[in-house]
Amino acid sequence: MAGHATKEIDAATLWGGKVSPFSTSYGKLMMWFFLVSDALTFGGLLVAYGFVRHDAQDAWPIGEETFNSLPFLGHGYPLVYVALMTFILIVSSVTMVLAVEAGHRMDRKGVTKWMIATIIGGFFFVGSQAWEWYHFIHGSEFGKIELADGSQAVVSGHFGEIENFVVTEAGHHHKKGEVIKEDLMHTFQHAAVAGHIENGVIELHDGSKAKITKKNDEHLTLIVKKAGAKYKLNDRIKDSKAAKEYYGTLYSGTPNRVIYGANLEQNEYGPQQYGQFFFFITGFHGFHVFSGVMINIIILIGVILGTYHKRGHYEMVEKTGLYWHFVDLVWVFVFTFFYLV
Amino acid sequence: MLRDDVIEYSLDGHHSEEAGKKIRTKIWKVTALLTAITLVEVLLGVYIKQGSGLWPFVKWTFIALTLLKAGYIVLIFMHLGDEKKSLKYIVLVPYFLFMLYLIFIALMEALAVGDAWATYGG
Repeated sequence: MAGHATKEIDAATLWGGKVSPFSTSYGKLMMWFFLVSDALTFGGLLVAYGFVRHDAQDAWPIGEETFNSLPFLGHGYPLVYVALMTFILIVSSVTMVLAVEAGHRMDRKGVTKWMIATIIGGFFFVGSQAWEWYHFIHGSEFGKIELADGSQAVVSGHFGEIENFVVTEAGHHHKKGEVIKEDLMHTFQHAAVAGHIENGVIELHDGSKAKITKKNDEHLTLIVKKAGAKYKLNDRIKDSKAAKEYYGTLYSGTPNRVIYGANLEQNEYGPQQYGQFFFFITGFHGFHVFSGVMINIIILIGVILGTYHKRGHYEMVEKTGLYWHFVDLVWVFVFTFFYLV
Repeated sequence: MLRDDVIEYSLDGHHSEEAGKKIRTKIWKVTALLTAITLVEVLLGVYIKQGSGLWPFVKWTFIALTLLKAGYIVLIFMHLGDEKKSLKYIVLVPYFLFMLYLIFIALMEALAVGDAWATYGG
């Protein structure tokens, strides 16, 4: 256990002086200093996020509306995925403490076992974050739409599947009467952004025109995020009226009325800065997790080779453990301020 | 000579099998607690929507629970609670003072900027 000096020690171990500051080792104290400075960086980022958010108030996206997907299961599971990520990170933090505890008993097998578990947890987390980024960048099936009156709305509901395109006017590739069944969603979204859909007829890359066959959407609701001439902020437009407004714009043949997904310039979820903060803060945290996993692997090699066992103590495991717990600690705050509040 | 790998005080603070058992029990208890807190947060987040009457209360509950989780991670998992008091305070006090100041100043400014945009257009 870390704690107070329990026995006489020679001057060489006392950092070359007469006392050991804070009764702790040089390496551990420096790790704490590093963590405080890193915590200030993350604190600064989250406060900057808070600034922009308070400044933009009502137009800010809501966590449970933005992050409601699960791998293989689709939409409609608010917050479950991030909660799972949080749980994975907490568990990997626990396995890390268990590794440190095993180190205090000089139990090399135990340290190895728990370090491996920690590394696996770390990889799971990084992988989950990759999936989440993919999903965030890719966006929803509806996107964010700029309605005829100039207001902007996000859409909730179940997107009716596109079944096929039936070619009505031949182009370079497609003949009249051909039924296209591949890459429908991708083609549809590209055409929607470019303004190549008019009255349910899509103009394809090769210049041919095709009629879209699509199932009806269910529970379609438009939530206004930016006021226009007709709709106010946070107005909810429902069902047939929503379909009329949404497809009236989407099928109007005007370009750039819909945004799918997110990049650094625009995103469908809310103000521009929302996407930038999402990428930067979760990316910076993800980078910390990744480097933490790498450091853990290096230390694990040391454990397996018996380096620390020969040294007589496993303090290196304790120090990397501090860094690893810190990564978990930061995620606890990111989880609250990005997803919950 | 500054050496990191020399056995000293806390470093060879090895504990016995029985002491280890107690520590592990404590670790698992904290794990269960942290998981329970996360679960409560998710349930509150799913069932109480932003903008409802209960929301301000829920929001502050989230922040309090986050600080509680952070406290357990720092004091138990990172063993800061077992370190010397002086070390504990040089880590925590400057950080909290600075962050509280920063949060206060940044959020006050943000509200003022938001008002200015609302009043003078943009």
